[in-house]
Amino acid sequence: MLRGLPRKPRIAVFKFASCDGCQLSLLDAEDELLAVADAVEIAYFPEASRRMLKGPYDIGLVEGSITTHHDAERIQQVRRQCRTLITIGACATAGGIQALRNWKDANEFVRHVYARPDFIQTLKMSTPIAEHVPVDGELRGCPINKNQLVELVSALVAGRKPNIPTHSVCMECKRQGTVCLLVARGVACLGPVTQAGCGALCPRYGRGCYGCFGPMEAANPASLSEIFRAQGRPNDAIVRDFRNFNAWAWQFRQASEEAERA
Amino acid sequence: MTEPAAQPSGAVWLTREGLNQLLGALRAQGYEVIGPRLGEGAIIYDRIQTIEDLPAGWTEEQEAGRYRLRRRQDDALFGYNLGPQSWKKFLHPPVLRLFSAEKNNGEFRILPPDGESPRYAFVGVRACELAAIAVQDRVLLGDQFVEPNYEARRKELFIVAVQCTRAAPTCFCSSMGTGPQVQGGADLVLTELSEGFVARAASARGAEVLAAIERRPASAEECRQAEEAVAAAAAQIVRRLDTRDLVRRLYEACESPHWDDVARRCLACTNCTMVCPTCFCTTVEDTSTVTGDRAERWRKWDSCFTESFSYIHGGSVRTSVRSRYRQWLTHKLASWVDQFDMFGCVGCGRCITWCPAGIDLTEEVKKLLAPV
Ligand code: SF4
Ligand code: SF4
Ligand code: SF4
Repeated sequence: MLRGLPRKPRIAVFKFASCDGCQLSLLDAEDELLAVADAVEIAYFPEASRRMLKGPYDIGLVEGSITTHHDAERIQQVRRQCRTLITIGACATAGGIQALRNWKDANEFVRHVYARPDFIQTLKMSTPIAEHVPVDGELRGCPINKNQLVELVSALVAGRKPNIPTHSVCMECKRQGTVCLLVARGVACLGPVTQAGCGALCPRYGRGCYGCFGPMEAANPASLSEIFRAQGRPNDAIVRDFRNFNAWAWQFRQASEEAERA
Repeated sequence: MTEPAAQPSGAVWLTREGLNQLLGALRAQGYEVIGPRLGEGAIIYDRIQTIEDLPAGWTEEQEAGRYRLRRRQDDALFGYNLGPQSWKKFLHPPVLRLFSAEKNNGEFRILPPDGESPRYAFVGVRACELAAIAVQDRVLLGDQFVEPNYEARRKELFIVAVQCTRAAPTCFCSSMGTGPQVQGGADLVLTELSEGFVARAASARGAEVLAAIERRPASAEECRQAEEAVAAAAAQIVRRLDTRDLVRRLYEACESPHWDDVARRCLACTNCTMVCPTCFCTTVEDTSTVTGDRAERWRKWDSCFTESFSYIHGGSVRTSVRSRYRQWLTHKLASWVDQFDMFGCVGCGRCITWCPAGIDLTEEVKKLLAPV
């Protein structure tokens, strides 16, 4: 995936159904941004610059999920134009918060929300990019962590493997000495089933992990649901715990549906 | 100072003010003093200045998967057992930069390491924790390859042990032969009684520090009370692990269906290995800046519960959680003995308390070894 990148790879940033928060992480990396702009050619990044150069691109960063027919066609073109395609954020990697529609009737939302429903054309489901085209790598999070983004770009430029761990958030808690909220305070924390990358931000501030980074490798949400239940958490709360930014990630989907049936 | 210098074997009585002087004396000798203090929701190990920093009147409740801070009836300074952290956090840091390098005008340069290793004095080390330090000594210093970062911290270390006068329901040090009495490895050994401490120097360095602070010989009655207090802790221990012929029996249980039962509950979250005072595994990460003119190598605690841990060319060796839990348990209690002639478990019970799923190795061993 990384071999043979030019000295100054051309980067493009694409947006699908999303809030722009992940793209903003790139702009937010102010300190590193100048160096990034030096090391890569930002060829297409409508959020940041009016200069929009034509493809093909060496690296494509894709934010957002597929929610319209137009999206579904456009992602095919984007894929064709990018040698390396990286999805960024919960929308692109799991379908995002908008995937909550997948359990409901999207047309009904359209009727209630829009003054002219006939102007709206939308798919029934919000789906991750990888359900439509092959993806070479992903950055999780809602939003992504800017340090991970800088790490990814640095690694791609250097031709090395990026350090993007796939283990649990718990490991980040323990390495930084955060006392476990689940064990010491009975807080419903999704850390044991959630992928690291945020630096265990919420637990560090005394809040249970919301699962922004989605399921970690070998996630076992069924066991975590059992633990929550044993601590007296009702099933409808457990459904909501898993039905969040990464609701459509299959491990979380399974867990919320199982809690719904329980 | 009119008192004679304490003999290594002679017990002395320290008031709380005496303990405070001890902390001051250690700092005056250039030690960074580390001890228990109240953290967010648990007693943790951190820098301390005076006895005011100690968790006076605090204790904890522990069971599988559960820990709660509680007030004590009295204001004992060491009236708890163990929190989530162990001293390995200081001797074998969770995150450590091994080196950095710079490229300047086409020239490549390895930068000198980050200055000197700290000189630590640990205050409040329990018997099982001394045993855990001995295990890490064996692993990291005891063979032809010595881990230099650990060695630098370890060789300067001053240890003030404080014996347990109560036991948590998760403790099983007596099964592992590591506690609650301190057996060795400390410079000073303290036992807390209601008004102060019975203290004993266990090394020449310990005797020297003790000689510099206010003290008097401990009375026979105080020594008896101290012994009784530790015996009371021993009597409170309820968890057991039968270690007879354990190595062979565990290897024989290699294909037990019970591993699948554990795997259903296990989150592969790594908490057990992170809190374990003997687990020593690390991974190494290389980073480079986006401009490519600076590179660093970092070492971080790793765990046999992650997928990347057993990654070799072509993929991970242990793809199932079943195989990872089995690796962990059989390493602690069987293959560690083959490797290092000792168990990799000292019976502190941390992995039991801090496992969100409450998985308890003493219970799992019983089930694994039960005749089918
Ligand atoms: S607070 Fe949450 S993320 Fe942190 S160790 Fe506990 S369960 Fe894991
Ligand atoms: S045994 Fe417990 S603490 Fe260890 S990985 Fe499994 S669930 Fe996590
Ligand atoms: S295996 Fe568990 S009980 Fe044994 S030393 Fe490690 S944390 Fe303590």
